[in-house]
Amino acid sequence: MKKDIVLCGVGGDGIVSVAKIISDAALNMGLNLKQSEIHGMSQRGGSVFSHLRLSSDEIFADVIPEGHADIILSSEPMEALRYLPWLAKDGWIITNSDPFVNINNYPDMAKINAELAKVKNVVSFNANEIAKTIKARSNMVLLGATVPYLGIELGKVEEAINHIFGNKGAEVVDVNMKALHAGYEQAKK
Amino acid sequence: MEKLLLLGDEAIAQGFIDAGGSAINSYPGTPSTQITEYVMKSKQAKELGVRANWCANEKTALEASIGVAYAGKRAMTCMKHVGLNVCGDPFMNAAIIGTKGVLVVVADDPSMFSSQDEQDSRFYGHWAMIPMLEPSNQQEAYDMVHFGFELSEKLGTPVLYRIPTRLAHSRAGVVRKPVRKQNELTEPADAKSFVLLPANAKRLYRDLIDKQPAFTKASEESGYNKYFEGENKKLGIITTGIAYNYLMENFQGGKCPYPVVKITQYPLPYNMINKLYDEVDEILVLEDGQPFVEEHIKGFLGKGKKVMGRLDETIRRDGELNAEKVAKALGMKAESGAAVPEVVTNRPPALCQGCPHVDSYNALNAVMANHKGGKVFGDIGCYTLGFNMHAINTTVCMGASITMAKGASEVGIFPSVAVIGDGTFGHSGMTGLLDCVNEKANVVVVILDNDITAMTGGQPSSANNKIRQICEGLGVAPEHIRDIIPLPKNHEENVKIIEEEVNYNGVSVIIPHRTCLVELKKHLKK
Repeated sequence: MKKDIVLCGVGGDGIVSVAKIISDAALNMGLNLKQSEIHGMSQRGGSVFSHLRLSSDEIFADVIPEGHADIILSSEPMEALRYLPWLAKDGWIITNSDPFVNINNYPDMAKINAELAKVKNVVSFNANEIAKTIKARSNMVLLGATVPYLGIELGKVEEAINHIFGNKGAEVVDVNMKALHAGYEQAKK
Repeated sequence: MEKLLLLGDEAIAQGFIDAGGSAINSYPGTPSTQITEYVMKSKQAKELGVRANWCANEKTALEASIGVAYAGKRAMTCMKHVGLNVCGDPFMNAAIIGTKGVLVVVADDPSMFSSQDEQDSRFYGHWAMIPMLEPSNQQEAYDMVHFGFELSEKLGTPVLYRIPTRLAHSRAGVVRKPVRKQNELTEPADAKSFVLLPANAKRLYRDLIDKQPAFTKASEESGYNKYFEGENKKLGIITTGIAYNYLMENFQGGKCPYPVVKITQYPLPYNMINKLYDEVDEILVLEDGQPFVEEHIKGFLGKGKKVMGRLDETIRRDGELNAEKVAKALGMKAESGAAVPEVVTNRPPALCQGCPHVDSYNALNAVMANHKGGKVFGDIGCYTLGFNMHAINTTVCMGASITMAKGASEVGIFPSVAVIGDGTFGHSGMTGLLDCVNEKANVVVVILDNDITAMTGGQPSSANNKIRQICEGLGVAPEHIRDIIPLPKNHEENVKIIEEEVNYNGVSVIIPHRTCLVELKKHLKK
């Protein structure tokens, strides 16, 4: 088993923290993993990304070579396109369709959608809307939508959520589970 | 033993605690910050009484660690690559002393993700003539802290420990070793060695020279440097640190067909490099950083077998190494996905919404608009992003805002304004302000006080709550130290105050004070 995942978004939106949950599940399954991220100046409202690599074999590089990512998981649509050079030919983009506009020259959404449409495998939906109805974080919804392509069973991801949020109380676990399932259902549509 | 999922930085920190480290003295700097933070947050470190400090700058930090070593205990000082410039003095002289039990951990930043240059710390280590370690993965990062302390104590030398950004900020599983007890408090075996009077220093420098063969022998025999046989002798490859991973990434599941020397410990293992040279037709050197090894083995005349790498731009000289660049150098076909669509626009980092620096810069910009020919000398921190607001003209190195403003004012630039954060002011701004006072320079020094060292994730600022007193103590006239609160509603008043100080012929300090929003949110959550 080998999965290379690019997680991307905008500094401060927390998308990179999703890697922690996937990592927890992967470790439990006895997989090797490497996850690289960027700190410092680039965090401040700019584009951010993290590379998460899972494999049953030894993993060498901390970063994914171009053209090798199985999944791009993005918290907003333009950032998903920014990492296209990393996407493998049969790879999947899972992205929030709701743009995060913190620059004056954010491009026309029609153009972004047209570019996304050119990609072979895309799951794009408004994760913010779904998250709002269950008062959860959209990142968790996006994680749910990624699970079918992850090579990790839903149950293993649930265990990881229990493990990571367990000490914050049943309510927090519950909200995150709901978000996970909502995303999972969305991806199957 | 227990397996933990750790950043390279955290692996070093856990290694330090488990290896019987007694004190870690550091200054924050991306990508090294998480090492010291981890020790500070570690329950185990607390229980073991391990001391963890953020110091005023890298120089004070390393000197404190030399003090720990004087007492016979193990110490570590961590910094980013440019921090090594700041502590160049204690670094070089710790080598002369032959300081035992000190690891100097330096995180280099190839590709400048959060830095102003790509300097490679190995040149410093070579210059100081001390052993260096450059782990290739998180497990080695952990193990080599234990090993580094043993090496340091056995050979009587500080050890430079180098990592690049990608190792510092990448997680992987790490298996721990048993915890070693801290050293007992002892007197130095050679009391004179810590007194660098010329008579002692001459002897000690000779000792350092005489130790070099032992350093090299350690590199050849420790087992950390490895020679891998390969059947294709057309090419031999030398990798350093994580470059090994970028090589092997191109031979998944298989074996590299070429002989490889994998280097993680310096001085260079001459026996392995000689063996490689004799066996192959040409040599390719892979390094995540500047061409340190390549320069050494190529030599000035470039005679003998062909040596390729960054010097001849077989691999681009600037920027971090990656698997794709290695593939290209090996003549292999690298895959690539689709190009980035043209519609994708840049999203550069920016100051946060509601950041106090934005209000400070708005006020300063309004004043400077009335003074064509005036210049604003910036510094290093979040507020460097003020460049995107056209608010600063320069950023060079820590503390240079005040001293550059002084120099420029003395040859005719008016108004000459410095902008520096509270953290950077504590790091290396104070001495420059003293220069200004002594020379009665006509400068306005704006010290942006947000109560924290924000850029690196919120470490305490050494000058916190003391800025006014420090400025007064350095001799700035109290009536020309002006406190303002950077908020949109105070804009007019702040503009007026800055304008008044611009028109005062002498040293003025303006202290816009409002807590960093990211920091404020953290506290509200608690």
